[in-house]
Amino acid sequence: MATPFSSQLVNLLAAFLLLLAFAMLSQRRVLTLIKMFAWQGAALAASTLIVAYSTDQKHLYFSAALTLVLKVALIPWALHRLIDRLNVRWDVETLINIPITMLIGIGLAIFAFALATPIAQMAGTLTRSTLGIALASVLLAFLMMIVRRKAVPQVIGFLAMENGLFFAATSATYGMPLVVELGVALDVLVGTFIFGIFFFHIREQFDSLDIRHMEKLKED
Amino acid sequence: MSGSPLTGSLVALLAWLAIAALSLLPGRDAWFARRLAFPLGALAGLALAAFGLQAAWAPVAQMTLPLGLPDLPFHLRLDGLAGFFLTLLGAVSAGVTLYANGYFRDETSARLTLISLQYHVFLASMALVVLADDAYLFMVAWETMALSSYFLVTTDHRLPAVRSAGFLYLLIAHLGAIAILLSFGVMHGGQGDYTFNALRAAELTPFWATAAFLLAFFGFGAKAGMIPLHAWLPEAHPAAPTPVSALMSGIMLKTAIYGMVRVIYDLIGGVRWEWGLLVLAVGAGTTLFGVLYALMQHDLKRLLAYHSVENIGIILLGLGMSMVFVGFGQTAAGALGLIAALYHTLNHAVFKALLFLGAGSILRLRGLRDLNDMGGLIRTMPNTAFYFLVGALAISALPPLNGFVSEWLTFQTALQAPLLEHGVVRSLLPLFAATLALAGALTAMCFVKVYGIAFLGQVRAPRHPVHAPAAGAGRDCGGAERMGMAWLAAGCAVLGLFPASFLLTLNRICVALLGGGVPESALESSWLWLVPTSAAQASYSPVIFLAVIVAVTWLTFLLVRRFYHGRVRYSHPWDCGYPEQTARMQETADAFGQPIRHVFGPLYLMKRHLPAPDDPAPRYSLRIEDRHWYLLYLPVARLAEFVSAKIGLLQRGRISIYLLYSFLTLIGLLVFVR
Repeated sequence: MATPFSSQLVNLLAAFLLLLAFAMLSQRRVLTLIKMFAWQGAALAASTLIVAYSTDQKHLYFSAALTLVLKVALIPWALHRLIDRLNVRWDVETLINIPITMLIGIGLAIFAFALATPIAQMAGTLTRSTLGIALASVLLAFLMMIVRRKAVPQVIGFLAMENGLFFAATSATYGMPLVVELGVALDVLVGTFIFGIFFFHIREQFDSLDIRHMEKLKED
Repeated sequence: MSGSPLTGSLVALLAWLAIAALSLLPGRDAWFARRLAFPLGALAGLALAAFGLQAAWAPVAQMTLPLGLPDLPFHLRLDGLAGFFLTLLGAVSAGVTLYANGYFRDETSARLTLISLQYHVFLASMALVVLADDAYLFMVAWETMALSSYFLVTTDHRLPAVRSAGFLYLLIAHLGAIAILLSFGVMHGGQGDYTFNALRAAELTPFWATAAFLLAFFGFGAKAGMIPLHAWLPEAHPAAPTPVSALMSGIMLKTAIYGMVRVIYDLIGGVRWEWGLLVLAVGAGTTLFGVLYALMQHDLKRLLAYHSVENIGIILLGLGMSMVFVGFGQTAAGALGLIAALYHTLNHAVFKALLFLGAGSILRLRGLRDLNDMGGLIRTMPNTAFYFLVGALAISALPPLNGFVSEWLTFQTALQAPLLEHGVVRSLLPLFAATLALAGALTAMCFVKVYGIAFLGQVRAPRHPVHAPAAGAGRDCGGAERMGMAWLAAGCAVLGLFPASFLLTLNRICVALLGGGVPESALESSWLWLVPTSAAQASYSPVIFLAVIVAVTWLTFLLVRRFYHGRVRYSHPWDCGYPEQTARMQETADAFGQPIRHVFGPLYLMKRHLPAPDDPAPRYSLRIEDRHWYLLYLPVARLAEFVSAKIGLLQRGRISIYLLYSFLTLIGLLVFVR
């Protein structure tokens, strides 16, 4: 059976998503990181749109629009403002050097694919082959949260993880119910704002956004 | 329906809560807490006692309160057993509360307000424990009881010793509560309904029934103070203000006995004789341990606390024998054992509260707690001395007072042993009875020591008073205190002299619980004679006993007056060759216990410091420690500390590490679900 054109498009976008996830993992500059996050959102919105069109799922149009507004425009804009206000355009430091991080990332991607294969065979959806990619981007984003030392990249990692989850939802089950998606979107938005407020407080307290300072909070 | 015992008890309970709330009223010098709270509380106690007594003869009443969580309302139930414990609670607390009104006279307003609040909440929660008819309300009341008593124990929280005693109490109370909770969980068998009716109806396999029994036994045992969970008792009782010690020792320990009886006989049902043997063994150990350690104490309140341990052991002996008999199908003998246990519960509540109150008067008016500092108190505190004597005679199980009746009934139960078919068990029962006899004799010795050293002899110069004596030192206790003690002393006498009607009431409770009791014909035969089984076996008449005692005393007195009078001459007694005798030359509390210390040496952990022969200022010191600390408590504490330290390593204070934990967990779970 020849793969339909729409499915090929989704696969292409999925590959783009994974590529972006690896790129974010290796990126040192915060501004570029935000730009990449926005691109990831765009790829997500596009793939959702394609799935919606080809399977005629009405509510996926809404999710696509929501993703576009939230993850391509609103959150990157908020993050831009945040780093402007905080004046933290510095390079990102990582805990482990980047080549090793990339190697771990490759291992994770392989693991994700191995994990997704049996599940994908059960799913009867158009986009089932992308499930492994979705899982891989979740794990890679998580890895990014772990290896970054500063607070802003960690938040970007958190948001990227949400992207991966969202992609997994669309690819495995044609998306979650709209109510759930709306709720998640709102959570992400609120989470971003709360993180923003916390950044100010952390910097006020420690004169830096380096989370190493928070080790002082440990109780001995 | 209005006017029923259940409604009445509920009103009395609410009255206590209202008093607790009103104590917080702002007012000059906390006038409500100082003037009205305690007398009103005593009145509510009396009312509760009356309703409880009425309930023992009334049909079982149930009620559902519109409180609690949604779909989980509170259920109340008042049957004979609950009525009996309400009577105990009400009657004993009435005496203690009257006494407390005088005892707390000199407290500052802020402290008095808090004490009155916690005190009445404590009383109300104990009543609620007895009335509860579902596991949920029971646990809520149980924990309220534990917490309010914890705050009462730590009234003097500025002293480190009091704080650590309170912590130990709270810790063991919670361990017990967990076991009780688990026991309810086992009993309900997964049907999701925690009312006692559902628990009664649940069918358990023998394995789960035994698990429920063990959990309940150790859970309630932790509160009752049986070994090896007794450690909090000798710490918490001396730390608490005296009326609180009296309440805790007299009543709170008894709620644990109530819980045991309720759970084992009523909720689990199908008592097995093996369970009874376990209860007997623990009871015998507790009895002996309690009295032997009590003999070694020289702190009066600590000594009384150890006697509480001992008496809980005696109650457990009665309970265990009853369970053995019931397990073998001998309902009548089983009922006799249960009657003995319940009657001793009531008796111990009365005389132990009385003894604590006596100790409290000495503490408040003389600032003394150490027996080695007391002496000759009978001359300056004649009232206290008299009431304390009544309590001491009662606890030593001397006829015609109440302690004798219940211990005698326990012996009578043991003498039913030939009814049993199982040879080994049959021969074991007399052994437990012998333990009880030994404990009884040792108790008598211990109270000879207390009374002789504290009240008789010469006044000693106190070396370490606990605090400066209260205002009005040198006098005896006031009217309120005397009234409280007189009420309890009268209780000792009435329960001892006219036990038959109380035993009839208890028999009805046993019929309700076991489906059979002691033949009523024997108990009913006359008010004068107490016949537990048949007149051919044993009978006892306290009134005749008293009459003989009075007659002999009076006759001796007359004879002495008649024949000896007029030949009295006054002279110095022979002074053994020592021309000068000081108060320091009297026997001390430690010296009195020396023979026992010698005989039972291996049971004690003695830390003795002997001065060197050439020491210019020799000091001899002896400390008796509880072996349980070293064998059980400290190892467990060390283990807990070790494990916590290892788990504490997880906390690194770095977000990356924490994220790594969740990451690894995620990966692990993903691998697992594949």
